[in-house]
Amino acid sequence: MGALRDYFAAIGRTIVTLGDGLAVTFSYLLRKPCTIQYPDRTPEPVVSMLPERSRGFLEADVEVCTGCKLCESACPIDCIHVEIAKDESGQRMIQRFEIDLSKCMFCGLCVEACPAGGLRHSHEFEGGMGDVRHLYVSFLDEPVPPAKKGKTVEPKPLGSIIRARLARPFDPYRGDRPASGARAPLSRGGEP
Amino acid sequence: MDALYELITGSDLGFWWKQLLLAVLIGAVGVIVFSVALVYAALMTYLERRVSGRVQSRVGPNRVGPLGLLQWLADGAKMILKEDVIPAAADRPLFRLAPYPVVIGVFAAFASVPFGEWLIAADLNVGLLYLLAITSLVVVGILMAGWASNNKWSLFGGIRSAAQIVSYEVPTALAILVVVLMAGSLSTQDIIREQGGWPWDWYVFRQPFAFAAFFLYFTAALAEGNRTPFDLPEAESELVAGYNTEYSGMRFGGFYLGEFGNVYLMCAIATLVFFGGWQIPGVSPAEHHGSWLWQIVGFGLFFVKAWAASFVVVWLRWTLPRLRVDQLMSLCYRYLVPLSFVCLLGTAVLMMLVPAGSLFDSLLRFGTFGFGLLVAAIFFWRVLWHIRHVGDRIDLKILARGVRGRFDPAIQHRAYGAFRKQQKQPEESR
Repeated sequence: MGALRDYFAAIGRTIVTLGDGLAVTFSYLLRKPCTIQYPDRTPEPVVSMLPERSRGFLEADVEVCTGCKLCESACPIDCIHVEIAKDESGQRMIQRFEIDLSKCMFCGLCVEACPAGGLRHSHEFEGGMGDVRHLYVSFLDEPVPPAKKGKTVEPKPLGSIIRARLARPFDPYRGDRPASGARAPLSRGGEP
Repeated sequence: MDALYELITGSDLGFWWKQLLLAVLIGAVGVIVFSVALVYAALMTYLERRVSGRVQSRVGPNRVGPLGLLQWLADGAKMILKEDVIPAAADRPLFRLAPYPVVIGVFAAFASVPFGEWLIAADLNVGLLYLLAITSLVVVGILMAGWASNNKWSLFGGIRSAAQIVSYEVPTALAILVVVLMAGSLSTQDIIREQGGWPWDWYVFRQPFAFAAFFLYFTAALAEGNRTPFDLPEAESELVAGYNTEYSGMRFGGFYLGEFGNVYLMCAIATLVFFGGWQIPGVSPAEHHGSWLWQIVGFGLFFVKAWAASFVVVWLRWTLPRLRVDQLMSLCYRYLVPLSFVCLLGTAVLMMLVPAGSLFDSLLRFGTFGFGLLVAAIFFWRVLWHIRHVGDRIDLKILARGVRGRFDPAIQHRAYGAFRKQQKQPEESR
């Protein structure tokens, strides 16, 4: 008799638990979804809602840069390229300051290494491009002199530098290179 | 269809002309049925994605067309444009052939589904038998795909499917047999005509055994259609994607069209067998026959009933976890098959003892209907209880696209700490 009772008890349990499970899922159909629809249904751009210390794309202010190349050596995946060379008048100049954002892993070691405070994480993260090479960003248009001790620079709004650079993508293969005859980007040149 | 058939056979054309015209007629009907089945299967994917979204507290596809209603077209275009990869080690002819039995098995069954009183491609006198038999082609295709992929997970999927679909044919057919016994016919249209428009005239609520038979049929048909909780042949957490692991492009799409078509098909069968098909409350079949208006209303009713049942199928999928293979088999042979036999015998006994139209007959009818209402009431009470229990409230803007006004800072709080800080500032200063 016990076996028979178990048999029908199993059927009864199935019906009751199944019904209650269905009630739980049905209750979700009547409730409001908790989805926030990105990107065009948020009350303001998500970039402006991110926490203060969130790490987005790197941005470098070359006006502050002293040309010490500490960031380049701190980068564990070599995605920062800084080149210092003397120009015709014998003046030390920053020839290149480029970051491959497609390689960057947002570890923040370069920001910690920078003694001048010229490198920081912006909150920008929307970097969808038609070509991955457009994420290879150059931070200067022509060689600039490194900053001297005591130089004061008006701080630029967070994200303004990188936004301007990404709006005007720099394609190292299209020929719009900085003035010095620099290497092809490490990420694609087959170099280490 | 019948009228055209008689027009052609009764005309004084030559024998071959008649044959040619008949072939054209059959071809045209075939194309229409295929297109309808295709659209229904595709719409099922939309329903699946929207309902799964809501059940998981998401929104679901809502970008392509109004409310995302054209998502299935975008998906179809994507499927067709994708590359059709055939693995090097696969059995090429079998691999290429496998989706066809799946699609044909399901879509050919649509020929005998009565969408409305006039809207049936072929009112066979063995309609239900045909529906049950032709869908068995699916298992051939799945087994073929599993074998031809030359991949052990695919083969597992194929073998599981063979065991599952063949086993579950038995309870499906037995549960339907309950109604066949009551209607005395296998023709889909005759079964619908035997019922009535009002819920208590439907076969589900005629007597308790038919009520139980509906649930047995529904469970078994779920398993036959490889739907969760019985989706063992494609169990993605165990077998990658089972029999269709190696498939891509439209061949993969073919399997999915077959699966979603099958969902609609099983719901259409449930509708016509248990829920009165296209019968309109208060309209007799004789009135129904000649009027365009009633035809359209009847079509609409069938449509609504079948899609409501499809909704339940989708909803079940997002509620229940998958069964194990041994649980699947024990469910079939220890529970569904014996219970179907009990229902069949019980129906036979009731039909012998209770004459139609007697007091006891109506008592059974309204008793079963009342029981159904009671179950539904308890169910909705539980739904409301669950909503209250978590401190939420009913929000019936189910179809809203999520406009800016729907933004809820309370939810945002958890996601973006900084935003909360920004929000709090103006509130305090106000």
